Amino acid sequence: MIPHAIELEQVTLARGGRTVLSNVDIAIRSGEFVGVFGPNGAGKTTLLHAILGLIRPAAGKLRVLGAEPARGNRKAGYLPQQHASVADFRLRGRDFVASALHGERWGLPVLDRGGADEVNRVIAVVEAEALAARPLSELSGGELQRLLLAQALVGRPKLLLLDEPLISLDPHFQQSIVELVRNIQQSDGMTVLFTAHELNPLLGAMDRVLYLGGGRARLGSVDEVVTGDVLSQLYGAPIDVLRVNGRIVVLATHGLFEADAHRHA
Amino acid sequence: MLEYDFMRNAFLAGGIVAVVSGAVGSFLILRHLTFAGHALSHVGFAGATGSALLGVSPLWGLLAFTLGAAVAMGALGERLRGHDVAVGIVLSLALGLGVLFLYLYTSHATQATTILFGNILGVDRETIWALLGLSIVSLGALAFISRPLLFATLAPELAEAKGVSLRLVSMLFLAIVAVAVSEAAQVVGVLLVFALMVGPAAVALRVTTRVLWGMGLAVLLALAETWVGIALAYATDWPPTFWIVLLSCAAYFLSVAWR
Repeated sequence: MIPHAIELEQVTLARGGRTVLSNVDIAIRSGEFVGVFGPNGAGKTTLLHAILGLIRPAAGKLRVLGAEPARGNRKAGYLPQQHASVADFRLRGRDFVASALHGERWGLPVLDRGGADEVNRVIAVVEAEALAARPLSELSGGELQRLLLAQALVGRPKLLLLDEPLISLDPHFQQSIVELVRNIQQSDGMTVLFTAHELNPLLGAMDRVLYLGGGRARLGSVDEVVTGDVLSQLYGAPIDVLRVNGRIVVLATHGLFEADAHRHA
Repeated sequence: MLEYDFMRNAFLAGGIVAVVSGAVGSFLILRHLTFAGHALSHVGFAGATGSALLGVSPLWGLLAFTLGAAVAMGALGERLRGHDVAVGIVLSLALGLGVLFLYLYTSHATQATTILFGNILGVDRETIWALLGLSIVSLGALAFISRPLLFATLAPELAEAKGVSLRLVSMLFLAIVAVAVSEAAQVVGVLLVFALMVGPAAVALRVTTRVLWGMGLAVLLALAETWVGIALAYATDWPPTFWIVLLSCAAYFLSVAWR
């Protein structure tokens, strides 16, 4: 049993010559569901890329499931933020999901019995049986997101990295994706890093939150981290946190901090 | 019509080329590279006319230039995105060079038409063997890379995280495209490669939702369009290129009307 799924010791991450996170120390327990928040450019995607081994830390030590991060990690599932430009093709969902199964191996893209079973399994897990037969060009954003989640689950990863899976989804679909991820995480005992812009849809599902901003990071329970004091310190600007009927509204001095928080306020 | 040697050669060469064109075309469309395929064939024009100067078969000149351009495009990769103007200007240069080579090599007036619009009825045995060899190599290579190629095409970010080298896959695929373009130019000429490579695959991707069926259907359609086109050319005495392009166009618009 690995005590920590992800460990950062004095890690500095840079992208395009700009330091995004500096000297960050955090440890994410194995089996934990962590929501990752912060404004654009705070380093959410950069952190996921470092965990996947797509970029190397400029300094410090990063351990993923007890090992050095490396590209091609079979134990890491990933749902990227940018989606391929194939959504306008009449390609059926099942073939889209199946392309991820051992897609790194040379040869013809044909599935053996075990491969077909695995594709069926992940499609069933995300409850997308009906979508699998339909062309991608006819799917909505939320439906496509389910198939991307299925792709991320191919090969039973121990660690699931989801980059903004709720972006541009209606609140109803947001909730269903969050519940889906929570259920899968619970039943498979996976560690989940889930980046998002908005805190509220994830409130019931997260074990802890990770806030990134100003090159720094704060990891803790919602009550510990999402407070006016902690966030003001993290962002170096006065921030208020209001709790209304079980929902949380984060306010900067000049208006709402989270762009779409008003929808739930 | 099969009692004539030149007709048998035309059906053989057309068949070989159609199989490669259909198979490569599907990926060309899925990767949004149809313009790149078009561009490669234009670069090939300079190679084809240049090889006449050196006294080599135009096929080898075409191949050398398209392969060179494919490797350059693959190496530039993402940096090429959004540089349509630069690509277009390099294309113009290639066509201009081709015109210069034609001017310097004055003994064959029909050479230009053959390269630009193809001459499937003039294919000799030697060329058929060359086409067959090139097809085996390019289809073999395509089969070898097709799995990571499909992954990198449909889910590039995930593929990269899973250890697929996007650049390597892209360069290998463009090299295969270069070979396919050089072959297709033997049938329909460098100007109309699009009709044979992209047309059938575009139809296939509209009518089927399965990747492998789509590739198979594209191959069958390319074969049908080429063979029927050659037969119609025999019956009417009009150029086979015209009939092939017409069939490709008709099939495409029928599929659009159907969906």
